[in-house]
Amino acid sequence: MTGTDVKTILHKDIVKFIRECLKKDHPDSYLIAVLHKVQGRYGWLSEPHMAEVAQLLQVPTATVSGVATFYHFFRLRPRGRFAISVCLGTACFVRGADEIVEAFRSELGIGMGETTQDGLFSLETSRCLGVCALAPVVMINEKVYSKVTAKQVPELIRQMQEG
Amino acid sequence: MGKPLAFYEALYRDMEAARDATGIQEKVLIQVGSATCEKAAGADAVMVEFTKLIQASGRQDILLKQTGCTGRCAREPVVGVFFPGKMPVKYEEVTVPKVQTIFQEHVQNGRVVTDLMLDKRTDTLYNHVVTLCSSRSCSPDSGRTLENRLKRRLDANGVDPDTIRIFQGGCMGLCSPGAKGNQRVMMVYPAKALYHFRTDQQLDEIIQSHFVRNEILSQYLTRTDFITENFFKLYGDVAFFNKQTRLTLRNSGLIDPESLGDYVVNKGYEALARILDGKDSRAVIDEITRSGLRGRGGGGFPTGAKWKNAITYTDDPVKYVVCNADEGDPGAFMDRSALEGDPFIVIEGMTLGAYAIGARKGFVYIRAEYPLAIERLERAIRKAEDHRLLGRNIMDSGFDFEIEIRLGAGAFVCGEETALMYSIEGKRGQPRIRPPYPTQSGLWGHPTVINNVETWANVPTIILFGAEWFGRLGTEKSKGTKVFALAGKVRNTGLVEVPMGTPLREIIYDIGGGIPDDKALKAVQTGGPSGGCIPARLIDTPADFESLAAIGSIMGSGGMIILDEDDCMVATAKFFLEFTQSESCGKCVPCREGTLRMLEILERITSGEGAMEDLDKLERLGQLIRKTSLCGLGQTAPNPVLSTLQNFREEYEAHILQKRCPTHKCSRLLKYEIDPEKCVGCTLCARRCPVLCIAGKPKEAHEIDQSRCIQCGECFNACKFGAVKKN
Repeated sequence: MTGTDVKTILHKDIVKFIRECLKKDHPDSYLIAVLHKVQGRYGWLSEPHMAEVAQLLQVPTATVSGVATFYHFFRLRPRGRFAISVCLGTACFVRGADEIVEAFRSELGIGMGETTQDGLFSLETSRCLGVCALAPVVMINEKVYSKVTAKQVPELIRQMQEG
Repeated sequence: MGKPLAFYEALYRDMEAARDATGIQEKVLIQVGSATCEKAAGADAVMVEFTKLIQASGRQDILLKQTGCTGRCAREPVVGVFFPGKMPVKYEEVTVPKVQTIFQEHVQNGRVVTDLMLDKRTDTLYNHVVTLCSSRSCSPDSGRTLENRLKRRLDANGVDPDTIRIFQGGCMGLCSPGAKGNQRVMMVYPAKALYHFRTDQQLDEIIQSHFVRNEILSQYLTRTDFITENFFKLYGDVAFFNKQTRLTLRNSGLIDPESLGDYVVNKGYEALARILDGKDSRAVIDEITRSGLRGRGGGGFPTGAKWKNAITYTDDPVKYVVCNADEGDPGAFMDRSALEGDPFIVIEGMTLGAYAIGARKGFVYIRAEYPLAIERLERAIRKAEDHRLLGRNIMDSGFDFEIEIRLGAGAFVCGEETALMYSIEGKRGQPRIRPPYPTQSGLWGHPTVINNVETWANVPTIILFGAEWFGRLGTEKSKGTKVFALAGKVRNTGLVEVPMGTPLREIIYDIGGGIPDDKALKAVQTGGPSGGCIPARLIDTPADFESLAAIGSIMGSGGMIILDEDDCMVATAKFFLEFTQSESCGKCVPCREGTLRMLEILERITSGEGAMEDLDKLERLGQLIRKTSLCGLGQTAPNPVLSTLQNFREEYEAHILQKRCPTHKCSRLLKYEIDPEKCVGCTLCARRCPVLCIAGKPKEAHEIDQSRCIQCGECFNACKFGAVKKN
């Protein structure tokens, strides 16, 4: 079942990683690490991908979806090309992150956790990014923008649309 | 000398030789901060620009290095320029154009660019800088009195006191037990001389020699303590550092966090070598127990006792050590900065702990949200393995130990130790009832010692300098130092490390620089969502485990958020409860249902629909959740609400009785009105209003229909004449 000749839908690097895990102690303990790899490559966790992880790692599908749904970091829906994540940590909150959330919401016309129809933007909030001293911060894909104000939001969106 | 010490000495020699080969002692050193926040502020571009300029200049005597967090987060990127034998200079908020100025003026022509200096302070341009130890454990004749005494003596000896900058430093940990209450200590920079003296006559001798003749007077030199020496190097930033005592962060912001060599030449791995060289594992536990070190993650459990438990009640040969780096508290970034600034100290601490309890495998459980910390840690582990400081037969001692990194995935509850273990095992991170404690039955049923990042980082320092030395810092029951992440409404947001028992006032005002815009301090929030809000009137409370608990808050892991007069305490309590509510894992009823009910009540209050009975309900529910929840998350979740109810009840009452938010933070309670005197009838507000509730003809005063207003604030933001009032 887990032979090397079986055709997989997951990328070969991930399959290789899972096979390495199987050789170690407590292979099932690497489930979260594997899901990180899957999300890292595809941006989210789709059902076929999770089913294959279960198959290859030899853990029940229910366990995989149980873990995937428990942790906030894992996304079960695809996100936009620009993933906008507004930090809602305490320092950002104290310095007006809620106004930034509101600005993105009204500019993009989408709610939290949603993606625009053109698939360009998705909006989410994150727990503290630990960049509190530069609060409020917004993370767009991997880049952190510091000391953001609600007024800068339309400009940020325009930059992304052009870039 | 046994094998591990010989191994260490060879390693040290290699690293020292490698360092000297770079010529660092004679070269101009440019140091650029490179932690996550520095990068967010643009440190990478600064680094690239310096590289270009150095190449273009063709100079071989300039060394460019990165370093970890210097703690000055609000002023990043911070760049240090170190000329050999001169006072270090630090520049703030450096940008690419500023790099060009700094390079041209300072590096090339030797002229300090004072306009760009950190805090615009020109301290470094004095002839000498003197820092006096003003530890509370020293004599009453410290601090201000000692400063005045020194000034009088300088004057009497014909030295102009204005050519010397005098600071009152924090505890330097120099007082030897015999000298306690008698000896005064002062550091003089840039000579890096550390003098001790008792009488005025001795002080005169030092002044005559050092400040008049420019000769170091060796007879009064104190044994230079390594930690203090390190302190000298931070001296581009005296104002921020002179009240701090940096133990766990001693290398952070000084060394290149990706260089094992930098760590080793700064006393790295000496502690491990000394222990592995023939010391019994018991000796480590005894030393840690005697030091009085307590867990820095929030619980404050004695570390030595925890380790002892892991070997006392079991003969299981398989054991684990775990580093809890799941720093989930919003507003806390101590562990991230520590790991980004000096990952090796945590690794060495874990190795010592593993040796103490006989573990051969360790895990670092770290948040996936901290990519740079993960990368630095991975790199540090690989380098330690390459140099046989991890893996098989560490330092030729026969001891084997390996460390593996496990990533969290955004669940706050995983900071709780039993939940954390399930997560390492690849399961849903839901906590379980204790006992059995992890030290009896932990990972896969084996005894497991879990400590947080800062606790592990303390271990090598304690072994190196001894339990007695460590015990002299801090208070009777809270020994050592504590790292705090200072954020919110404070000038110098950043990372600070102070002796336990330092009054909150000192942290906020002396180190933090006070509240910006001359606003009034309202409260200090410690301990994140598990902690409480300390009102401004209690600001002289010492920051230690007992004192903070006594006033209804907790030490927690070190998050410290400063709130000013503009912050609504009800909204703040609601913010934390929203957090714990959404992070509740759902396993036990009090936490899952109770926090939700509390949140609903707070929603009612902040939207003007609360009743006075609601306050009693909040209190009753809070107490119940506290007593009956399964784990720490639930047990502490009501704290922000209960502590604000206790200290700021009048704000809750204003929301309920007057339907008014005193700070105008709760938007549902706001009322926007147009001042007919100021309104010129430009119609801008009416055009912006999304619900079209503003009526008025052009050039006539407008009016808001309160029944339809949704309090969005568009009119307030739009008005150019200040005619829209917010009440």
